[in-house]
Amino acid sequence: MSRQTLLTQQHALQCLGTALGFVLLRSIATTHRLPPQADEASLYVHWPYCLKRCSYCNFNKYIPRNQNHAVMTACLQRETQTLLQLSQVSRISSVFFGGGTPSLAQPSTIAAVLETVSKHAHLSDEAEVTLEVNPTPAGKASLKDFTLAGVNRFSVGIQSLNDDHLRTLGRDHDSQHALWTVSEARTLCPGRVSVDVMFALPGQSVKSWESELEKLLPVCDDHVSLYQLTLERGTQLFKQVDSGELSVPGDDVTAVMYNSARGVLEKAGFRQYEVSNFAKNNAVSEHNIGYWKGRQYIGVGPGAHGRFVLRAVGGVQREARTQTLEPDVWIREVQRHGHGTRRRIQLDHHGLLEEVLVMGLRMNEGITQQHWKLFSPEDDLQQIFGMSEKVQEFQAGGLLKLNNRGLRCSWEGLALLDSILPTMLLELEMFFKKDCTQGNA
Amino acid sequence: MMSLFRSHGLFLPLIKRFPDIKICRVKRRSQGCMTTCTVIRHRWMKRSCWSISPVREFSSNASEKENLDMSKFPVERIRNFSIVAHIDHGKSTLADRLLEITGAIAKTASNKQVLDKLQVERERGITVKAQTASLFYQHDGQTYLLNLIDTPGHVDFSYEVSRSISACQGVLLIVDANQGIQAQTVANFYLAFEAQLTIIPVINKIDLKNADPERVEKQIEKVFDIPKEECIRISAKLGTNVDQVLQEVVKRIPPPTARVDDLFKALVFDSTFDHYRGVVANIALFGGRVSRGDKIVSAHLGKSYEVNELGLLRPDEHPTETLYAGQVGYVIAGMKEVKEAQIGDTLYLHKQPVEALPGFKPAKSMVFAGMYPMDQSEYTALRSAVEKLMLNDSSVTVQKDSSLALGAGWRLGFLGLLHMEVFNQRLEQEYNASVIVTAPTVPYKAVLASAKLIKEHGEEVITIINPAQFPDKSQVVKYLEPMVMGTIIAPDDFTGKIMTLCQSRRAVQKNMFYIDEHRVMIKYIFPLNEIVVDFYDQLKSMSSGYASFDYEDAGYEAADLIKMDFLLNGRPVEELATIVHKDKAYSAGKAICERLKESIPRQMFEIAVQAAIGSKIIARETIKAYRKNVLAKCYGGDVTRKMKLLKKQAEGKKKLRRIGNIDVPKDAFINVLKRK
Repeated sequence: MSRQTLLTQQHALQCLGTALGFVLLRSIATTHRLPPQADEASLYVHWPYCLKRCSYCNFNKYIPRNQNHAVMTACLQRETQTLLQLSQVSRISSVFFGGGTPSLAQPSTIAAVLETVSKHAHLSDEAEVTLEVNPTPAGKASLKDFTLAGVNRFSVGIQSLNDDHLRTLGRDHDSQHALWTVSEARTLCPGRVSVDVMFALPGQSVKSWESELEKLLPVCDDHVSLYQLTLERGTQLFKQVDSGELSVPGDDVTAVMYNSARGVLEKAGFRQYEVSNFAKNNAVSEHNIGYWKGRQYIGVGPGAHGRFVLRAVGGVQREARTQTLEPDVWIREVQRHGHGTRRRIQLDHHGLLEEVLVMGLRMNEGITQQHWKLFSPEDDLQQIFGMSEKVQEFQAGGLLKLNNRGLRCSWEGLALLDSILPTMLLELEMFFKKDCTQGNA
Repeated sequence: MMSLFRSHGLFLPLIKRFPDIKICRVKRRSQGCMTTCTVIRHRWMKRSCWSISPVREFSSNASEKENLDMSKFPVERIRNFSIVAHIDHGKSTLADRLLEITGAIAKTASNKQVLDKLQVERERGITVKAQTASLFYQHDGQTYLLNLIDTPGHVDFSYEVSRSISACQGVLLIVDANQGIQAQTVANFYLAFEAQLTIIPVINKIDLKNADPERVEKQIEKVFDIPKEECIRISAKLGTNVDQVLQEVVKRIPPPTARVDDLFKALVFDSTFDHYRGVVANIALFGGRVSRGDKIVSAHLGKSYEVNELGLLRPDEHPTETLYAGQVGYVIAGMKEVKEAQIGDTLYLHKQPVEALPGFKPAKSMVFAGMYPMDQSEYTALRSAVEKLMLNDSSVTVQKDSSLALGAGWRLGFLGLLHMEVFNQRLEQEYNASVIVTAPTVPYKAVLASAKLIKEHGEEVITIINPAQFPDKSQVVKYLEPMVMGTIIAPDDFTGKIMTLCQSRRAVQKNMFYIDEHRVMIKYIFPLNEIVVDFYDQLKSMSSGYASFDYEDAGYEAADLIKMDFLLNGRPVEELATIVHKDKAYSAGKAICERLKESIPRQMFEIAVQAAIGSKIIARETIKAYRKNVLAKCYGGDVTRKMKLLKKQAEGKKKLRRIGNIDVPKDAFINVLKRK
């Protein structure tokens, strides 16, 4: 009996016994078992408000005229509860408060959400609880209260240590504030402070970027995230660059900036573990590693995204869920329905593997054979990619490594990942097409 | 909307009483079944053809039209004439006024370019397709039949112009009182002059503030040798002196030299295709008479047909019983294909053959362009749109073609640039087709060197439309390229600039002539290839729009032609190969390499873009390798967007054309091949 018929029979049996038969029918011919690690998830909580608009940001954020913290807290708690119950996870591995500017939330809100989590799932004392912090004096002042609320890791958005750049970016802090905030955060959570820095800023040269990095190294803790400024349509900065008022470094220059930063950080003892993330003393972000390793996550708050199985209603496939964007609408929906999920998309076996591939290759260690096997027990990496002429070309070009350990990018390859991925996705698709026709024959 | 649909039977009696109403059978698909409806569509109403009101408006004319006895119009009271003019000099407005004065159409403010039926004609202010209108005009107590045969204004359509003119004895040459003689005025004058027609110069737009009819009269005297006293000053817009134009038509233009007593003999000078009635042929009677029910024969094919319907065009079809010598009208005789009504053909009565009229030489394609559907799935729809358009434009030639990058398509031949533009525009507007049109090329020729090659090709001189067919230099005595005689008229301040431009286009000046104190007319022999792409745009912009340009065929001349290839990392891209003049090879090669560099995305390795003649590289650009291409941030909230983007790129990769290991997107080919 072919694998296909076996699966069909198993599903038919399952479907008979459930009222949700039609949901299950849709997953036939994909996989008969739950995606891995369906029993646990990480939690992302989105705080959508900011004090002012940064010139480069097109993220889901709102500048409120007046803010009702009590309502927001209640809704975040309510949605956390609803989604936790839907997922039926028994353990939350990490929590991340992002935004917007979550350091504008009251520490009591953070405490309340964490309390809700603990009520419905196991949240270990050791679990990483990160808060994004805006390095303003006000942000700095409340850090202690946040740690009391349960936060044990800070990610400080210093962006730059150059005040001219900070002004161009429209930030509401200066480099001095940034240094004070990082120092305070390190005192409170030693070894668990990350800083965000941006490069490819208007007017920045390779030299000035390198000297900025040198300035940063002595003051930062064990984790650095490097981001290249991307000009997003509709932002003020985009318009300024588009009109020629400002100019950003070209592709060749940013490539040099990226690689020189990787070199500088490496020399200072930071290991690059992902395209944009560097850690010393293994102070990696557990929460973010979860995304790249294809683990489940639950997204709470306006515009938050999640990926988890709805076990409470008999779900067997992972769902990609997006919450309603606008805070006011989201609040109304949570109050009415318990959650503000706006969009649900079923991820079938192939769709899930695509995400595992795309996210996994972002990591320095890539996708190990064991990691892939979790999601694809039948077809290993060799079977799928080993015969591909194009993958062999990538290997010959020193961009990609496929061996007994797994599939990963080389140092050069990591910088070119987005040129590699479309080909990899096509190879995966072709493998499944072939597999399908053979299975049916 | 529903009220417009009537059942066929109920509607028929109405049609007979109102012959100027055009009837369209409209097939509508509703809920899976086809229903055939008959709708009233008046031909005046281009845009609002679904309105019912015109029926009432025209019912008052019906009784006049019912019993038209065409025998009342002997040859002496017939005048056949055309209006010729440069673009925007007011030809169509004058035609509107003439139609109004003679009662062919009601006098309303909305009569604008009634004879210009196509959207492209109205938008561009040009006439593409010649139209005919018969007018009844009272003069000295007699009713005259004036046949206005409208002509396209541009020489691209000179084929249409000349066939219109062949049915005429005179022309009204319209000149704008402000702009004066322009390049097309000259071209049109010579067409009429060579056909030995009576030319009545009409100076239009005398109501304009800057009008200077005196100066224009002097120009006419100087350039065309027509005494200025013969000019008529009018304002077609306001109707000033328009009646005088009609009087002069009667007085100056001779009647056609045709006799009713002769055998029936008619020239087919135009034809249109109607989906339901077949071919509608426009004819000019050079002798005898023809009636409904007569059996007629086409001299060209020898096939005979029965006349089902005939009549006048006013400009709508207006059936009559008989048409007589000297008259102009339409005939429907069961011809199923456009080919059966060959333009220039002679018709005669069954068993009464006559000597065929000289006819016309077939239209010659001078400009070729590839045409491909934007997406191959649209191929069939585009093919049917092209076929439909060709039914009414027999001067377009079509050849199937296919390109590795652009898929299946056609190589179309046009009479000229405007013709090509108009065709594309009609395709888009009337058939809603989105197409990729490649940069135009011209037909080159090669004189073969050896008897063996001549035997192989069946002829000594071969025409090369596709660069792939370009024979090697060793096989030919010489290459030939098509030439044109260009006429430029411009204020003399621009003479220097214009001469520089023309020299850069390998043009040779033939003569230069002041048409008045400030305006100069310069004639150049151009290689056609040099003006097909952007010459006219450059001329216009350097002269702030004051220069006008027109050209006519000037045969072929020997030229140093070479085939240029384009290479990506050493591999030739066959769809980019092109034929160029040796002197232009470097600049053309460089320009295309630059365009390729701009449109091929950077890849993970360096790409050399080269232009080559044989094994010699004459231009090179380098597309540098990507050194970084990775999205900085990719966390939980970014996955959906990122996946979508990557999947789109992966999907796009399937459609890429791979040359060596280089992925070349279709857009790159489009950017390089497309007309700018």
